[in-house]
Amino acid sequence: MRTGFRPSVGLALAALVLACPSCSSKPAEAPGERSESSSPPSNAPTVVVGYTASASGKLNVESIRQRNGLELWREHVNATGAWRVETRWYDDESRSDRIQELYTRLATNDHANFLISPYSSGLTAAAAVISEQYGIPMISTGAASDSTYQQGLTMVYQVYTPASQYLTGALDLLAARLPDLKKLAILHEADRFSSDVAAAVKARAEASGYAVVLDEGYDSATTDFSPFINKIQQARPDAVVGGGHFQDGSALARQLADKRVAVPFVALLVAPPEPSFAELGSAAIGIVGPSQWEPQAAYDAAAAQAAGTRWVGPTGAEFAHAYLQAFGEQPSYHAAGGYAAGLVLQDALQRAGSGEATALKTALDATDIMTFFGRTTFATAPESHGLQVGHLMVYVQWQQGAGGKPVKRVVWPAAAASAELAARPTP
Amino acid sequence: MWSETLLASTVDGLLIGVVYGLAALGLTLIFGVMNVVNLAHGPTMTLGMFGIYLSATKLGLHPFAGLVLVAAGGLLLGVGIYVVAVKRVIDAPHLASLLATFSVNLMIVGVATAIFSTSFRNLSHDLGVLRAGPIAVPGTRVAAALLAVAVAAALQVFLTRTRLGKYVRAVAANRAAAELVGIPSARVLALSFGIGTMLAATAGGLIALSLPFTVLSGGVYELKSFVIVVLGGLGNPLGALVGGVVLGLIEGIVPVFARATWVPVLEYGLFVLILLVRPSGLLGGGR
Amino acid sequence: MGTQRRHAPTVVAASLLVLSAALPALAGSASMRETMFSVLLAIGLAASLNILLGYCGYASFGHVVFFGIGGYAGFYLVAVQGAHLATAIAGGGLVAGAFAAGLGAAILRLRGPHFALATIGVNEAVKALIVNIEPLGGPTGMNLNVSVFRAYGGAAGMLWAAYGTAAAIAVGAVVLGGLVRTSRFGLGLLVIREDEDAAAVLGVVAWRYKVGAYVLSAVFPGMLGALFFFKQGVIEPAGAFRLDLSVELLVMVMLGGAGTVLGPLVGAGSYQLLRSGLLTSDLEVLGVRIRDVQLAVAGALLLLVVQLVPAGLVGWARGRWLALRSRPA
Repeated sequence: MRTGFRPSVGLALAALVLACPSCSSKPAEAPGERSESSSPPSNAPTVVVGYTASASGKLNVESIRQRNGLELWREHVNATGAWRVETRWYDDESRSDRIQELYTRLATNDHANFLISPYSSGLTAAAAVISEQYGIPMISTGAASDSTYQQGLTMVYQVYTPASQYLTGALDLLAARLPDLKKLAILHEADRFSSDVAAAVKARAEASGYAVVLDEGYDSATTDFSPFINKIQQARPDAVVGGGHFQDGSALARQLADKRVAVPFVALLVAPPEPSFAELGSAAIGIVGPSQWEPQAAYDAAAAQAAGTRWVGPTGAEFAHAYLQAFGEQPSYHAAGGYAAGLVLQDALQRAGSGEATALKTALDATDIMTFFGRTTFATAPESHGLQVGHLMVYVQWQQGAGGKPVKRVVWPAAAASAELAARPTP
Repeated sequence: MWSETLLASTVDGLLIGVVYGLAALGLTLIFGVMNVVNLAHGPTMTLGMFGIYLSATKLGLHPFAGLVLVAAGGLLLGVGIYVVAVKRVIDAPHLASLLATFSVNLMIVGVATAIFSTSFRNLSHDLGVLRAGPIAVPGTRVAAALLAVAVAAALQVFLTRTRLGKYVRAVAANRAAAELVGIPSARVLALSFGIGTMLAATAGGLIALSLPFTVLSGGVYELKSFVIVVLGGLGNPLGALVGGVVLGLIEGIVPVFARATWVPVLEYGLFVLILLVRPSGLLGGGR
Repeated sequence: MGTQRRHAPTVVAASLLVLSAALPALAGSASMRETMFSVLLAIGLAASLNILLGYCGYASFGHVVFFGIGGYAGFYLVAVQGAHLATAIAGGGLVAGAFAAGLGAAILRLRGPHFALATIGVNEAVKALIVNIEPLGGPTGMNLNVSVFRAYGGAAGMLWAAYGTAAAIAVGAVVLGGLVRTSRFGLGLLVIREDEDAAAVLGVVAWRYKVGAYVLSAVFPGMLGALFFFKQGVIEPAGAFRLDLSVELLVMVMLGGAGTVLGPLVGAGSYQLLRSGLLTSDLEVLGVRIRDVQLAVAGALLLLVVQLVPAGLVGWARGRWLALRSRPA
């Protein structure tokens, strides 16, 4: 049946493969993504910032908020007239397959002077290889795993507090506010980020005299937490810490309430700071979560002076207001992280005086600033270059607000707190 | 203490397992009637979740009323998918129908992501807690399980007691022979795909009663459904329910004794093993 | 049928591949290189899958398991044992092949949807198992220190080296596909595809042929996995055993035409270029940016192909060609 094959047929078809993949498409700036309204003086030096965001796939929500924050910053910096910042971005589909392809495209076709990381540590690690190849500095936001910054990278700078510190502060909070609670259960998603967090919190808990009565990882696809909750009921801990991402964290919180589990302290990763956590209603009450930033965080010029560092950019209230105006929702810490990444770049640009890579790198290495996001300083030793060492987490708790609706309040660190930690009520 | 945890987890596993089973029932019905593995199964479950969520939040309907809407919508959607994607490839090698339903999967997920993003949704509907000793079960879970059993029973009645249901079974058993005796097989096939999709969407709605979800949740439950239909025997409706319960029990009981990350190893290991040594499923026989 | 004519598709496919792979190097374009890397990777994987799916008629839905296993084996060799990339690639191919040999004997007894489901189960089981293996990094996976790349000329040199290697492996996979297609062994596979029970009557020892095809279809994905994750510098269970990549591979083979030598090349090439085109396109239709719904657009296009061109692009073109030729002049 297949004897009559003529190569010419295949040739014609396979010309598809030969067709130069990159020369056909235009540079990827979509209408409305450049700030036409606030066009700065034409003599302002132009800087091109490239990144990928997850317009589809499981990282979609966090990633798009991060992108919104960054684009808001671009509008603001262009309005100052000091720089003309253009952004180029592509959808990475929450998958690492094409990350290197897209970042190479940003570096070469789009002539990016500067890169911002994708959301998540796994994707960022793949993008870092490209940033190294082209010697283009990259600010990572939304990529918390410590291990990424211990691989000898020289061009990547982390804005977030690393994963190892996500929940250790929750132990400080516990010790300060509810010192009688001593039995800890750790229940976390078995993925890269959450496992790093859990390992760090376990080591810290045991060192500070807590009894870890349960330490368990669950598969990322877990939907029903009943078996774990039954195990928690059996172990009778005073506190539950762990979680992973949105989906599992919200399911866990809801089921803890549905099964009327009486644990006075519950701290979960990622999900609680998210404004939509309020959808859980009464199940949200009492849940604590680490956050990279909250609108109530009290960082300002005075705090910068007290800490012996420089203040840069708008206040938290100004940022939150502008974000609400632009996107119709309260900013989450992912959005703030995107904006903060821009501010760190802007500060380095001012000091470097140009978008040239070596000068930018030198300026970034010397960064020590405070923004509405908090303090930012990078480790410069070769073994952990780019690791964030200045920024601190804040801890939020959902509390009963007026009319019974849950409200999110900052409960730690004490200096930034807008409310006292309350023991989680028995549902 | 151990036995209490075991008892509680067994009850939990049973209750969620029945709902898993209802979803798998949709998958296995379609396979049984037309030999198509429906790769759009997960996204139709997702649509069921969003259906009940939106009818409660936007239309202000009671979730159980929303469930009726979801079922009706699922039936129409299934017939639509059949006409657009499956009809032409039903007699082609099975890979063609897999790809056709997979492309429907991509379209639903793509459009739903653009509309809803992948943010999680939660349908707050508290029916209290039923307690018995160490067992504490949310009312929503009990309601979901009971409804799942009711829907499965209704399907059984439909298949065995009604003329249309007998047509479905006849087409499943031997399509050519069914056509010879004058059964309109084209319409029966469309109806069967519609019912299968309706079951998946309904199961999605029941899951949304007690668990938060996202646009991508369907994918997770689709994999579970695959495991279940194999445990129960491909194309065996009763087997799907039994398989669902077995899966629910594995998920409930194994973490009591072992690290939870071993659950999927065991699940999928068992899945492959059953395929190899007992391809007709735990119940055997079947079709 | 002469030897020359018999091998014509293979020669055409291989030369096409070499030529297009050389383009980025000739143009010195890194961006083209990365796009082509994705294309070559897909071609290598699709051509391998075609040996099993196209020639033998077994639809493996979990073929990505070999990519992941090879990736883990190779990554372990480089990151933990300090091996060279070449060793890692060989190791990746070997481990994947051995796994296929062991597994194939068992699961190739299944047919049709049962086999397809079993391969999904194997992939998920292996992924879940690796989460529990601490020496392989458990749930966290493994990282590669950037200094490792120094031996290959830094990140830049490594990326070109990886590209060349990917091209070589892809050519290898396509040539292997061509050789199998024209061999006695390949003939045996076709007989199995058409009628497995009749094959047994004809004296084709089916299980031996099938396991052989399975192993051959696993080795190159294993090698490509080792290469790909080395280049990424990071490997995690969730990223290494992605079921949707498996399904995409099936789509590529079907798109090009299963069972043909040029099919995987055409299918993988056009699919990858289409996807990367959609991802980076600025096209707007009715006020909706294609990029925002690219997944749905890809789905719609796939549906059209399945409905209208079930034999795949190469199969369709051949059909047209034969029809034209047979028409009286």
